[in-house]
Amino acid sequence: MRVLRNVLGLLGELLITAGAFLLLFVGWQLWWTDVVSDTDASAVVATMAANPDAWVQPKKVKLGEAFAIVRVPRFGADFARPLYEGTTREVLQRGVGHYLETALPGEIGNFAMAGHRTTYGKPFNQIDKLKLGDVVLIETRDYYFVYRVSASEVVAPSKTSVLLPVPNDRQAAPTKAMLTMTSCHPEFSARERFVVYAVLDVKYPHAQGVPASVLEVQG
Amino acid sequence: MSFYGWLWRVLPGPKALKVVQVALLLIAVVAVLFTWVFPVIAPLMPFNDTTVE
Repeated sequence: MRVLRNVLGLLGELLITAGAFLLLFVGWQLWWTDVVSDTDASAVVATMAANPDAWVQPKKVKLGEAFAIVRVPRFGADFARPLYEGTTREVLQRGVGHYLETALPGEIGNFAMAGHRTTYGKPFNQIDKLKLGDVVLIETRDYYFVYRVSASEVVAPSKTSVLLPVPNDRQAAPTKAMLTMTSCHPEFSARERFVVYAVLDVKYPHAQGVPASVLEVQG
Repeated sequence: MSFYGWLWRVLPGPKALKVVQVALLLIAVVAVLFTWVFPVIAPLMPFNDTTVE
């Protein structure tokens, strides 16, 4: 009996420890990764904003480098995230990632980017709240590019055709400057992807800045 | 037989001091988990993918 009691006692402690470990992991994933990522993203954006001459030209950017700032008025007036080259795990833990070999901001073709829906600062948490005509503003060294949301859909994670120069059309030659944003769907799952498409509306030279009306949320 | 019971017994000093030591140990364990263990586990979880590939 004594042996049994000892074994059960240890087993109980082990289970309690395992439970605490799992709760801690959930806390880390849902809360701490946001704290770390938000702090880092704010610092990167502040550094970029303070040194506009130090920005990398989009054409010359290397994997993992920040080269633009993404603003989406619908996500909040102070929403600003660095855009990094590439969509590796490390990049996406720090901000929004530009799919390699897709068009650059403002170019004819499809400029595609990915961001977390939950955890790691969750830049695209509210991607499903975007409405037709909503502004996605991309600030690069030389320009502000104003994209406007044109469509959205939920697709399987394997549907890479959303990244094509003309999304979902393998044959067509691009004539418009498109933007594709991808994130996970539903929240806290990786079963599907939420995809938002936008079209370049207008661009402003960096020195000129953006009219305040662009940053207003309509409706 | 109990690990936590054993830990409590081997920690030196009066009760108040033991409580402080347990708290410090707990903070150290959480710090190690947050800094090194969880970042390694996270990529194995099925809810962190956001790209199409």
